[in-house]
Amino acid sequence: MIIGVLKEIHQGERRVAMAPSVVKQCLKKGHTILMEVGAGVVANFTDGQYEDSGAEIVESAEEIWKKANIILKIRPPEEDQETGVHEADLLQKDSCIICLLNPGRNTELLKRLAKTGGTAIAVDAIPRISRAQSMDVLSSMANISGYRAVTEAAHHFGRLFTGQITAAGKIPPAKVLVIGAGVAGLSAAGSAQSLGAIVRAFDTRSAVREEVQSMGAEFLSLDFKEDGAGGGGYAKTMSKEFIAAEMELFAAQSKEVNIIITTAAIPGKKSPVLITKEMVESMIPGSVIVDLAAEGGGNCEMTKPGETTVYKKVTIIGLTDLPSRLPTQASQLFSNNTAKLIQHLNHDGELKLDFDDEITSAITVVHDGNIVWDPEKQNKVQAKPVKLAEPETVPAKPTVLPETTKKNWSLLKMIGWFLAFTLTALIGFGGSSEFISHITVFVMACFVGYLLIWNVSPSLHTPLMSVTNAISGIIVIGGMIHLSGEQILLPAIAVLISTINIVGGFMVTHRMLEMFRK
Amino acid sequence: MPEGMITVAYLVAGVLFILSLRGLSNQETARRGNVYGAVGMLLAVIATILSGHVGSIGTLILVMLVGGGIGLLAAKRVAMTAMPELVAILHSFVGAAAVLVGIVSHFESGGITGTELIIHEIEIVIGVFIGAYTFSGSVIAFLKLKALIGGKPWTLPFRHQLNLLVLLISILFGVMFVAGNPEQQLTALLIITAIACLLGIHMIMAIGGADMPVVVSMLNSYSGWAAAAAGFMLSNDLLIITGALVGSSGAILSYIMCRGMNRSFVSVIAGGFGVAEGTVVAVSTEDDGKEVISISVEETADLLRSAKQVIVVPGYGMAVAQAQHIVHEITENLRNRNISVKFAIHPVAGRLPGHMNVLLAEANLPYDIVFEMDEINVEFEKTDVVLVIGANDIVNPGALDDTTSPIYGMPVLEVWDAKAVIVLKRSMATGYSGVGNPLYFRDNTSMLFGDAKESLNKVAAMLT
Repeated sequence: MIIGVLKEIHQGERRVAMAPSVVKQCLKKGHTILMEVGAGVVANFTDGQYEDSGAEIVESAEEIWKKANIILKIRPPEEDQETGVHEADLLQKDSCIICLLNPGRNTELLKRLAKTGGTAIAVDAIPRISRAQSMDVLSSMANISGYRAVTEAAHHFGRLFTGQITAAGKIPPAKVLVIGAGVAGLSAAGSAQSLGAIVRAFDTRSAVREEVQSMGAEFLSLDFKEDGAGGGGYAKTMSKEFIAAEMELFAAQSKEVNIIITTAAIPGKKSPVLITKEMVESMIPGSVIVDLAAEGGGNCEMTKPGETTVYKKVTIIGLTDLPSRLPTQASQLFSNNTAKLIQHLNHDGELKLDFDDEITSAITVVHDGNIVWDPEKQNKVQAKPVKLAEPETVPAKPTVLPETTKKNWSLLKMIGWFLAFTLTALIGFGGSSEFISHITVFVMACFVGYLLIWNVSPSLHTPLMSVTNAISGIIVIGGMIHLSGEQILLPAIAVLISTINIVGGFMVTHRMLEMFRK
Repeated sequence: MPEGMITVAYLVAGVLFILSLRGLSNQETARRGNVYGAVGMLLAVIATILSGHVGSIGTLILVMLVGGGIGLLAAKRVAMTAMPELVAILHSFVGAAAVLVGIVSHFESGGITGTELIIHEIEIVIGVFIGAYTFSGSVIAFLKLKALIGGKPWTLPFRHQLNLLVLLISILFGVMFVAGNPEQQLTALLIITAIACLLGIHMIMAIGGADMPVVVSMLNSYSGWAAAAAGFMLSNDLLIITGALVGSSGAILSYIMCRGMNRSFVSVIAGGFGVAEGTVVAVSTEDDGKEVISISVEETADLLRSAKQVIVVPGYGMAVAQAQHIVHEITENLRNRNISVKFAIHPVAGRLPGHMNVLLAEANLPYDIVFEMDEINVEFEKTDVVLVIGANDIVNPGALDDTTSPIYGMPVLEVWDAKAVIVLKRSMATGYSGVGNPLYFRDNTSMLFGDAKESLNKVAAMLT
């Protein structure tokens, strides 16, 4: 297939939909890559790099629209400010555009695309199932946003993140609250933690507690029995009482923390307001709020999407282009995801849309002149929920043996006790005193052995075997004391082989133990 | 030398043996432990010579020199990978010696009468039986480990019933031996020896090659019981003590191995395991149509270089590929870069309990970075890269969560908790248990295909 990659025309967008390393991968799969000239320049990928990787550099965007079977870009199609041409109109009837489309909010755009008769695939509509994880652009971008949110906050925060004790006095560490422990939230928590801040994270889904803790952050929980794990790996809407308790927690935290990073975005819907005006006012002067849900209106009441504002000494960052601010890696991850996606749609070099496939049917939003997007599909398909939302997949470690063997054990034990009892009685009644004294020694030695061996370090079990082998050569005594009179051959053989045992056993143990060093 | 002195010498020897095993409880004292054992043995031998029971001292010295020479040679020559074979053949010697001592002590059992004679004769029968069983079983185990005979379980129909019948017949001959006249006695004793030998062959032949570790430790236990039985025959407490120590040691080792493989102890004693009896191996469907991710040597080296903590999980496959030395080289390289490297040993990795530790020690890897399963399982989530070399079943997540898996319930190394897992493997074939491994399909698992030694050589070259 011919894959064409366009230069982004959106103001301030620095990413590019294809990185040079991914070009190579695609060539291997038999595709041809057309790159618009200068497409990767702002993401620090030069045309030379693309040419070296085997891509063909094309002078104009129009040529790509005409030639390519698949058009790749990042942002949804829009009107070119210079020429006044709308990108959506350029889509050919038998070609396909793959990009972020935000189908829930861009109905007009979908209609415009449908008019062309071409196909449009929204990479942001990928269902959150484990099979599709490698194609999930939203997750990769969220990961980058989370990181950037922390560095943006650090930039505006007039203090160190880390606590230090210096000759000039003590600096307390910054306190960071992360709301929503999805991909972005966890990434933010991890980044803030590694800068040295004290990190707390809140999420309605109690299943993410461990993930939060593994990032080195504290998991804040409400004393409330309700779990927010909803469909599609997102949190569901909670009950009124829960929300009230939650808001109370945020209000209390606002007074204490220096940085709040909110990530509660719902694709295609308005973001819930979690940080009210009053909470912002209660924050310590100089604090920073980073609102990663700004695109959907923001989790903070005072957020202005796309802008950084200061309200009563609190900086509120509502930037919506965070991934684009780290364009090199963002492009790399985006193109890895789309390359996997193209591979999913590719059947012997032809683009084939199999609508029975849950991934394909969820992401295809425009096909054959119709809008085929169904918002339910993305969230409904839940063959396998993503790891975050499913505590049950963490298996309880089976510490006990399976049922059947356990039964055998108890039966065996009973038989054992019975035999031991009978045997003891028999010995007591029938044995000679000498025999009984031997039995005593034997039983005691068994117990000593039992206690001794459990103390042996498992790493020394092989030397243990060879040393026990050597000392069981003590049977040599049996041969020795009979080494007289008419029976000379058999005892001699016994002595011979048990001496092999003794010397061989001790020597090989010695050799092994010499190897062990610290 | 007075009788009392000899008894005291035996007592001291017994204490030294106990101290010897005690010394093995950790690495620092292990060498001293071995010396205690040798001193104890020397003391016992000298005391026996001085007791005046040994008629022909010249023969004794000659025989002991020859035996000692053979033992020394074997100990110097044996490759560490061949330890199981050596241990198995040494067991057979103890068994054979017990048989010989039993027969000889039957010839020389004059002077005792009545109940004591009956007890003595029962002791002989038991000693000879266990000895012969240990002998033939160990020889078969040796041959199987040496791959001189096929590793596949070889079973007769009605195996268990047959074994039971053989046991009953030998009890019958045992009664004949105790009750019969001197001429019948010898025949009966030899027949018992033969039957016990056949039983040993039959039991061990029925066990698959892969289960030999349990068999070897079990035979270790039997050789101990054989020595103890000889002690009863000879009324020698030192033999009884030593036999009991060795017997319980082997029993505990087999128990640990059984637990590591999640097999029941009973089925081991009955023999005939290592056979998937009628169970069709269910290949796990967890792969979900996913493809495995393969990784190149360069990427592996990069991952290792950028890690903070690396855990290596070696399996017997590593020893077969002779890759432990190159693993050591990589380990040193990473440690010089201030990367923490640890080794995780599963109880059944290798072909003897603790075998893998010896193989790693042979490659000069320090023992304080080698950890047991229980110690290291909590470490994986703090680990950046796990290298799985020549291991399969011991890192199978199916053992924990897939109730249909044949190895369900077996404790495993939970490598998948690490950030990245690299599995070195020749191809996608399953392990010996024939179980598919869902680990390979996990998102954080990558496969480095090819011969382990070659791949690691390349990785080592990249790192320098």
